[in-house]
Amino acid sequence: MKTLFISFICLLCAAPSVAENISQFELDNGLEVVVIEDHRAPVVVQTLWYKVGSADEAPGKSGIAHFLEHLLFKGTENLKSGEFSETVTRNGGSDNAFTSWDYTAYYQRIASDRLELIMRMEADRMRNVRMSEEEVATERQVILEERSLRVDSDPSALFREQLRASQFLNHHYGIPIIGWRHEMEELSREDALAFYDLYYAPNNAILVIAGDVDPDEVHKLAQKYYGPIAPSYDLPPRVRPQEPPQLAERRLSFSDPRISQAVVSRQYLAPERNSGDQKEAAALTLFAELLGGNMSTAYLAKKLAIDDPKAVFVGAFYNGTTIDYGSLDLVIVPLPNVGLQEAEDLLDMAVADFLEAGVDHDELARLKAQLRASEIYERDNVGSLSRRYGQELAIGLELKDIQSWNDELQAVTAEEIIAAAKKVLNRNNSVTGWQMPPAQRSTNEVK
Amino acid sequence: MKAIFAFISVFLFHSFAGLAAVEVQEVRSQGGIQAWLIEERSIPFTALELRFRGGTSLDREGKRGEINLMTALIEEGAGDLDSQEFSKARDRLAASFEFDAYLDSVAISVRFLSDNKDEAIALLKKALVQTRFDEDAIERVKSQVRSIIDSDANDPSAIASNAFYNDAFGNHPYGTNSNGTLESVNQLTRSDMFAARDRALTKDNLFVSAVGDISADELGEILDQLLGDLPKSGPSLEGYATPNLNGETSVIAFDTPQSVIMFGHESIARDDPDFIAAYVASEIMGGSGESILRQEVREKRGLTYGIGSFLSPLDHSSLLLGRFSSGNEVAAQAVQVVKEEWGKFAQNGATQAQLDIAKTYLTGAYPLRFDGNSRIARILAGMQMDGYSTDYFKIRNDLVNAVTLEDLNRVIKRVYAPEKLTFVIVGRPEGL
Repeated sequence: MKTLFISFICLLCAAPSVAENISQFELDNGLEVVVIEDHRAPVVVQTLWYKVGSADEAPGKSGIAHFLEHLLFKGTENLKSGEFSETVTRNGGSDNAFTSWDYTAYYQRIASDRLELIMRMEADRMRNVRMSEEEVATERQVILEERSLRVDSDPSALFREQLRASQFLNHHYGIPIIGWRHEMEELSREDALAFYDLYYAPNNAILVIAGDVDPDEVHKLAQKYYGPIAPSYDLPPRVRPQEPPQLAERRLSFSDPRISQAVVSRQYLAPERNSGDQKEAAALTLFAELLGGNMSTAYLAKKLAIDDPKAVFVGAFYNGTTIDYGSLDLVIVPLPNVGLQEAEDLLDMAVADFLEAGVDHDELARLKAQLRASEIYERDNVGSLSRRYGQELAIGLELKDIQSWNDELQAVTAEEIIAAAKKVLNRNNSVTGWQMPPAQRSTNEVK
Repeated sequence: MKAIFAFISVFLFHSFAGLAAVEVQEVRSQGGIQAWLIEERSIPFTALELRFRGGTSLDREGKRGEINLMTALIEEGAGDLDSQEFSKARDRLAASFEFDAYLDSVAISVRFLSDNKDEAIALLKKALVQTRFDEDAIERVKSQVRSIIDSDANDPSAIASNAFYNDAFGNHPYGTNSNGTLESVNQLTRSDMFAARDRALTKDNLFVSAVGDISADELGEILDQLLGDLPKSGPSLEGYATPNLNGETSVIAFDTPQSVIMFGHESIARDDPDFIAAYVASEIMGGSGESILRQEVREKRGLTYGIGSFLSPLDHSSLLLGRFSSGNEVAAQAVQVVKEEWGKFAQNGATQAQLDIAKTYLTGAYPLRFDGNSRIARILAGMQMDGYSTDYFKIRNDLVNAVTLEDLNRVIKRVYAPEKLTFVIVGRPEGL
């Protein structure tokens, strides 16, 4: 077992600050544990991150990672169905879980003197889940209702699903986390248990305990409850089908009577953060912020919403916290008198102008000052701090990568931002989508 | 600008977990501004929360949306700074100012670093008293509001909320959306914005709290500097409005696979002696734990992904509300289950076991609210608006624990009224 103690030094503040204390150790069975201390309130958050997500699902089984996540709230050998959440609730806590392409995570937030209770229960359901056919059938209805709620009832969610499916030619990132409805309808108890048996094991998990806790005590409890669980010896390597060269840009046109506001979206494949190699991701983070990170001072907002208003909203977003591929998104919501083609052209011209003009040094300095201050504000919310650490570890970054990220951001130069952006902004790697009300579709298609 | 949708933001029960160690200081500035303060020195910033009672209910006749639009425009230029320059100045200080308009209040949530607090406060003051309301900014933000109104017109959740509140309150300000209508927003002028600001942000309706790296004296100085020049008093507030919810079920046809269902009826006011018991009852019926509705509609029957019901005590009325979504083919069944459970609850009340579970949950969850300066500052401001004293947190769990089964069942009979339970359903529910 190794133990590291690392503390953050606040860069901006002159006053001495209480360092954010983070420690890390690993159990013999391979479970990684991270402890984030914050003693301001008697609260603890436990999050268990499994290094498996929907992009690890077998073909035809879309949605099984998320379905299993729901089923983990049924019983175990030691708890009856629903008793996990009931127990948390009866102790004043709250609990939930979430699934992504790259990970599945379970968390509880509770008074810190109840830490042992939730560690015992979370360790229990790592290996001992029990579920009946009937429970599986009812819960399948619940996930189908969830899909109806989150996707089928929301035309922009349907559109994003189509956009993503077109973005990836081969990688499972193109398949929705919740699953395609026709495949969800067929998911069985056996599918769920096979996925569970293969992936839910201490050597495929990261435990993050954050709040008013003592790392030695956490270590003892982790050893006691998680320590006896045998690792999985047949964990498959995390190698997913990769993208072939993308040689042609894709275009979508989507209309739905429930859409009132036309939107143009463009998504590019982009590099992601990797352990020891986050430079390009840092440059793209700053690029997206400067280009379209807000509606007041960002380049696109100034040009297309303020100086000569053509758009209600315009923005740029970069996400590089992924295992295989990151993305850069551009979005413009045109004013009612601006057509979709015109909006797309204006957006492209504005991005080209930004690259041509180069990064404004004052803007860059101001952004970096804000990023430094965000480290101070971030310490006010131990829940989100814990979530960030867990997510970044779950995609394969190490503690040192997470803790050097702010330095990486500060070190980026104006030239690096433009160079990284130019590399990404290749239309062959992109999907452009128009979403619009049906009436607008006919007018836009003749153009 | 943020999408502002006050109808679904409900503040149930502001309170905080003060735990014996935490002391709330009552601060009174030299200029007479009162505030609650918790000094928390471990992180070098302060969260400051300003609340002005009134909110979008202060919109004048024919000017629905004025307070909402004004709130969205406060940061869009002030004094010698246009919108862009103002944002840059704020970002340079790494301060953040958030302005939100709700049905009964305008909230300003501020964070500033200890290093540059005077500059941050001077900048915020500029926004409050030297607001520019430039014509181009008004036009820009109006187009954002119009876009939200357009989208709401096609969004089943928004359609359901708007219809429900309209049924309940008609021409009272609660009966229409705070965003206003396309017509009312189009007609708002620059001078309306100044008038709206001077109606909504007044000292007699002000509540202040601060949590963070600041002393009582420093806070007093800051408050005088920041708020001293605001108008002394605003317009008189609305009277009580009885919601007109009498047990109808109305369906608004809308093509979508899942019906959105909103339901509710009148409840009791926050200062009613039975409020705590009603709050416990509402936790049992539709709360965040293992509620009756969740058990019956989701866990046993798989008819929805999520369902809840809750008290919504407004300043000038009170509601007991719930909402969920169900596939069109099962929506009628889900509505029937809700009606039956409501009826059973009203008739039979709760059991001692249900009461015990609710008490354990509510008293255990209470301390968990107390995490983070920004969150605590919001809670403290809410407590003041609700008329609580600074030691409320010390007795709050006792109040919950004091609710007896007899009280509870008396209050359930008083509050839960199956014959008044009104449903608004947006979708194509089969058989309804």
